[in-house]
Amino acid sequence: MKPTVAVIGGGVVGSLIARELTKYELKVVLIEAREDIATGASGANSAIVHGGFDPVPGTLKAKLNVEGAAMMPALTEELGVSYKNNGSLVLAFSEKEMEHVGKLYARGLENGVPGLSVLNAEELHRLEPNLSPKAVGALRCTSAGIVCPYSLAIAAAGNAVDNGAELWLASPVTAIEKDGESFVLTCGEKTLQADYVVNCAGIRSDEVSRLIGDDSFSIKPRAGEYLLLDKSEGDTVSHTIFQTPNEMGKGILVTPTVHGNLLTGPTALNIGEKGNTATTREGLAFVRETAAKSVPNLNYRAVITSFTGVRSVPDQEDFIIRFSEKDPRFLQVAGIESPGLSSAPAIAPYAVGLLAEAGLALTENKAFNGKRKSYHWFSSLSMEEKNAVIRENPAFGRVVCRCETVTEGEIVEAIHRAPRATTLDGLKHRLRSGMGRCQGGFCTPLLVEILARELDRSPMDVEKGAEGSKLLIGKTKGESV
Amino acid sequence: MKKDLVIIGGGPAGLAAAVAAYDSGIRDILILERDTSLGGILQQCIHNGFGLHRFGEELTGPEYAARYEQQVQERGIESLCGTMVLSVSPDKTVTAMNKQMGIFTLEATAVVLAMGCRERPRGALNIPGTRPAGIFTAGTAQRFVNMEGYMPGKEVVILGSGDIGLIMARRMTLEGAKVKAVCELMPYSGGLNRNIVQCLRDFDIPLYLSHTVSRIHGKERVTGVSIAKVDERLQVIPETETYIPCDTLLLSCGLLPENELTKSAGIPLDGITGGATVNQNRETALEGVFACGNVLHVHDLVDFVSEEAALAGNAAAAYIKGNAPAKEIALAVKPAGKVRYTVPQRIDSAKEEVTLFFRVGSVADNALLTVKCGDKVLLTKKKRRMTPGEMESVRLSPALLSEANGDLTVCVE
Repeated sequence: MKPTVAVIGGGVVGSLIARELTKYELKVVLIEAREDIATGASGANSAIVHGGFDPVPGTLKAKLNVEGAAMMPALTEELGVSYKNNGSLVLAFSEKEMEHVGKLYARGLENGVPGLSVLNAEELHRLEPNLSPKAVGALRCTSAGIVCPYSLAIAAAGNAVDNGAELWLASPVTAIEKDGESFVLTCGEKTLQADYVVNCAGIRSDEVSRLIGDDSFSIKPRAGEYLLLDKSEGDTVSHTIFQTPNEMGKGILVTPTVHGNLLTGPTALNIGEKGNTATTREGLAFVRETAAKSVPNLNYRAVITSFTGVRSVPDQEDFIIRFSEKDPRFLQVAGIESPGLSSAPAIAPYAVGLLAEAGLALTENKAFNGKRKSYHWFSSLSMEEKNAVIRENPAFGRVVCRCETVTEGEIVEAIHRAPRATTLDGLKHRLRSGMGRCQGGFCTPLLVEILARELDRSPMDVEKGAEGSKLLIGKTKGESV
Repeated sequence: MKKDLVIIGGGPAGLAAAVAAYDSGIRDILILERDTSLGGILQQCIHNGFGLHRFGEELTGPEYAARYEQQVQERGIESLCGTMVLSVSPDKTVTAMNKQMGIFTLEATAVVLAMGCRERPRGALNIPGTRPAGIFTAGTAQRFVNMEGYMPGKEVVILGSGDIGLIMARRMTLEGAKVKAVCELMPYSGGLNRNIVQCLRDFDIPLYLSHTVSRIHGKERVTGVSIAKVDERLQVIPETETYIPCDTLLLSCGLLPENELTKSAGIPLDGITGGATVNQNRETALEGVFACGNVLHVHDLVDFVSEEAALAGNAAAAYIKGNAPAKEIALAVKPAGKVRYTVPQRIDSAKEEVTLFFRVGSVADNALLTVKCGDKVLLTKKKRRMTPGEMESVRLSPALLSEANGDLTVCVE
């Protein structure tokens, strides 16, 4: 019988680890508490692939960031996920900050980051004409990039399923017992017997760890608020623009996104409640004011949405990637704060390597196919190819989301393809439907109708995202008679 | 495929433009509509109050639309529904897509842009708080209630006193929901006075002026909102914050002309209206491309949309036939004082009377309107009250226009 590995947490880290495990003859079960992949930190963050000049040399963060950033282009290509190697700039506004830039440069070289250089004011402003004239220089990193984090997680989980993994959604792990060598996990209404457990539960990884009596670390939620601007503003800057970091984080960044929008944020506020993704008046004002230091003429009239991401901040400096002292088959992959997304491609093989060292037998899965078709395959076709598809399936000729040009054919496909989109947010994260400038004003009723039809449920049972987020509460008087 | 006239949008503007162009002698007309039927947003506006100016009677939205659909049908004007226009190029090639034909292009001699507008979404309003289900723009809620037959909630707060919000306050109440408050950021309502009376006062729904929603509460579904007074700079006064439990927040905070296609054609827009800059015939800066209705500037009455669209349709017909009036003058029209914008923004012929539409940016009591050319006052007009919610107009006679030898200024004080 194949050994069973339970991966707890369908964020970008858990999904990539699950996919990595399907390269071998194993039974892999990816367990996610929520209704979809990437609803936690992977669903709301800066979407940056850091170069790797920031982490302290010798740490896991430094090693995995540099490796992960190098793996990102090929991995995203394979999984059909948007990635752009746009490069980053850390701005300095004083000679003192230039000194810090110099230190980052030296640290980057030590970490083995490719493509680093220090720019003077003239070089900087020639490269990015919309920056504040007060910037006196910058650290440039040509190996940095931007990626769509939830697309990466969804594609990784989907590819894991394509290669035989099981995906258990809406299955919060509430108890872990031992039965001899193996674990028995209570996941919602189901139970799973597993030989190894990988804890990638993100913000809740400390709680999952405590289920086996390991309280060696704790995770604190730290909120980061962002503003997303219309695609009309997407070329305000071409690089990811950082400010010189301070003790609370990397400052407020301004960056294009892979989808052509402009993103600015995040704040860094320690919050009490892990699930609290509310934005605040003060936070959003802080983002606006602080981003203006880098790019003075940001057009805030073009803001299309604001959101809060919650980072998983551990009570120790480095990523926690090690076996639990309570159980040699329980692998902790926790505290994956920034640069977690950048590191994720490298975390996956690193974690699987640790499992092998702990005795997990790795026999190559010869049928493994790491390639996955992009959700946006239709839009990348030529006009003739598109017409051939529409003749075959006319649903591809009906535009449902007009702002992002998403067709009914793509929506139906996303509902039925693993991991299945079953909510409005699920569709949005796969196709960008409702994510454009009208924010779903026009397409919401159509999406509700299509979801209800394809999932064979009443429109009144269609949810925005999490359980309890139904859009409609009943029928009108005329309809209910 | 070649077409004399391609009309983008089959709402009230597109339909009226098509009828006018036909009646001016154009036969080769195609209306492209993205929805599955003609009529545009009127289809979901089942309340009455449409058509008083145009037909001299009170019609519902679908009835008003039906009159124009009938005229289109009688004339045998061609239309394609379920058809999304993907781009318009500067040489007037229109690329569109639908289920039956796939992607196709039309080489148009003239184009009428009549795409309408969209509602300002929550994100653009920067309301802090959570992002649960239960936040709808008023128009989306209207579609759910009036066309799909579903209720989006039962305890409602409405932000913005635009007309759709006011109409929805009444509509939700009639459907058994409790509308607890309508908050308006400005010290005056953005909606028509008749709607404030008929939709709020008649149902004892409180309207809080100079108030906004300062925070949204609830994790999966809205559980309440905080509302607060705002100061003169429209900033929240934190100590005035009060909490209202509710399951739904409707937004009626302004309409934005939908001009992505206009931009794709390289046509310059007016920063205030959000629509193209046009001449008196609603011709944009790109010859042979006309714009009318809410894609040009947001109207408050559909009757005026029809009127404007007829102007554009007639002008498009003249352009196609090659007998467009000569552009013998070039007057820019500039807003001043309380006037925020004017449509048209330029006048290039003094042959016919021009009706200039405008809105004020704040309430003007005992308003004095002056139209000037340099220091020369060409026209003055008094009105007891002008409000931002009501579109105003002034007629400029050919005689007056021929007196002008430079740019016109339209001022309200």
